[in-house]
Amino acid sequence: MRTKLRYFAWVRERVGKPEEDIDIPPGVATVGQLMTWLAARGEEYAHAFDNPRVIRAAIDKTHVNAQAAIKGAGEIAFFPPMTGG
Amino acid sequence: MTGKFTVRIQREPFDVAAETAVLTHGRTDVGAVVTFTGVCRGDEAGEPIAALTLEHYPGMAEAEIERHAAEAAKRWPLLGATVVHRHGRITPGEDIVMVATASSHRQAAFAAAEFLMDYLKTRAPFWKQVETTGGKTWVEAKGADDAAAARWRAPGKQAAE
Repeated sequence: MRTKLRYFAWVRERVGKPEEDIDIPPGVATVGQLMTWLAARGEEYAHAFDNPRVIRAAIDKTHVNAQAAIKGAGEIAFFPPMTGG
Repeated sequence: MTGKFTVRIQREPFDVAAETAVLTHGRTDVGAVVTFTGVCRGDEAGEPIAALTLEHYPGMAEAEIERHAAEAAKRWPLLGATVVHRHGRITPGEDIVMVATASSHRQAAFAAAEFLMDYLKTRAPFWKQVETTGGKTWVEAKGADDAAAARWRAPGKQAAE
């Protein structure tokens, strides 16, 4: 499944890019599994996703939790807890 | 929703008085306007800072705030609301964010403004980076902000208007 991934704040800095299109293998079904899979892709991903519990995710610009299914997602984003306002 | 509901994310500074005037212009049913302005402090965690840089997720930031403005309009009898949030580099003393709410009476306007700010801080995808003489660091999320947002979900609170 070809999906756009987007990264923000220190997740973006650690991964080293703001976004990428990636082929996600069929066995990766949830946001949490996607983080585990990404963490194994290389040193920069391992660094970005070394503590997945603190990372927030959104599918198609809506907040989701780690159990959310990624099937059909057009865009998946990963970012730290928000600090706006 | 009756009235004017506006959500904007922009790099430029905003004018609170002008934004507020939009909410009351040409109508006589508004009896209360509450405005909140978040300003860039000159220190973070006791350290002086040179500037803040705000990153956001375009599209999602607007959508999240609009969703909460709609929720506020369901909970309180609002006659309008405006949220403007800046992004980019902001120096101490400059405004970062404003919320204005209009209603016939003050209670709804106060409560809705606070509700919108509490949710904006914890749910709207913005991230602050602090610039000091020692370099740049990301601001960590505060537990107190989560607690402030959570109280709006507490039983009984929903009826408070």
